[in-house]
Amino acid sequence: MASEKSSSLSLRASSWSPYAVGAGIGLLSWLVFLVVNKPLGMSTEISKFSGCATSLMTGWEKMVANPYWAKTTPAFGYSTVFLIFTAIGAGVSALLGGTFRLEKVPALWSAHHGKGTAKRMAAAFVGGMILLYGARLAGGCTSGHGISGTLQLAVSSWIFFAVLFAAGIVTARLLFRNPNTAE
Amino acid sequence: MSLPISTSSTAGLVLAAVFGTLFGVLLNKGRVTQYDVIVNLFRFRDLTVLKVMLTAIVVGGIGVFAMMHLGWLEGWHIKDANVLALILGGALFGVGMVLYGYCPGTGVAAIATGSLHALVGFFGMIAGGIVYAFTYPWLQQHVLGVGALGKVRLADVTHIPDIAWWAVLAVGVALLFRWLEKIGRHATVS
Repeated sequence: MASEKSSSLSLRASSWSPYAVGAGIGLLSWLVFLVVNKPLGMSTEISKFSGCATSLMTGWEKMVANPYWAKTTPAFGYSTVFLIFTAIGAGVSALLGGTFRLEKVPALWSAHHGKGTAKRMAAAFVGGMILLYGARLAGGCTSGHGISGTLQLAVSSWIFFAVLFAAGIVTARLLFRNPNTAE
Repeated sequence: MSLPISTSSTAGLVLAAVFGTLFGVLLNKGRVTQYDVIVNLFRFRDLTVLKVMLTAIVVGGIGVFAMMHLGWLEGWHIKDANVLALILGGALFGVGMVLYGYCPGTGVAAIATGSLHALVGFFGMIAGGIVYAFTYPWLQQHVLGVGALGKVRLADVTHIPDIAWWAVLAVGVALLFRWLEKIGRHATVS
């Protein structure tokens, strides 16, 4: 992929300057705080999907008897719509910018771990599992803590940010250490 | 119309669609819906994520701080500082983020850009939420209360006022970006 010099902020551009995008997310957080008095967040909503999935197996009553879902009861609402439209926005942007493509195994992964689809999918599944467990334990993810919390100078969010960064660096060293690849 | 608008109203749901769409477009145009871009942050090969996040924090934070002091906002939305849970949760999150290659928001966004492994990882996230709920009673007893400082902000624990934090953060981030652009190590490798 050519390293794009992104001078325009058109939807047809494949990407924008990361500073422009960061400023955009910052401005969006002003709007969201001001208009709906809510921080940006994602992982709480996903754990509500987990509750819905559980209720398919156990029935609704048993699911909401769990103390976590009694507190965070799954319901269709603002955050559900926000999640769905985050995907839609990204999809439309990718289509207009010409970056939409079906990807089973990303280049960096295949350079270190081979082109096998099953292996990559297993890693993605387990990674997703660990990721959301960690997010719920910490009380937020990159949106709720990483952006919304840090920008309010919350102690919790800065601790989370520092620890996740350190753990990510160690994990990346272990997982992508093959010296024979340029990537 | 008076602010804030209730998130359970129809207008609230329409706004959720607008805000979600904007967020999704920004994530995609910021290239953080790409696996390689996220993982390469942790390998110091591509600092796109860092630039996006730090800019968002400084721009967003100074604006929210100003609006708070103008009395436009109802109050902070601070999450509890449960230190043990934050350390364990943050560590798991870091491991999961490199293995999955996304965080929850960028993973959801990446699905719609064609990433099939992001979709598989989304089901993994749902499974992780189930495991969390079933271990929650145990965590409540043994983990969540350890080092619980409450909903504290940096100014509360350090007695350094917000304005000083923002001055240092804004100047620090600006100098960091200038230096990064100078040495050019931010250049994408792909």
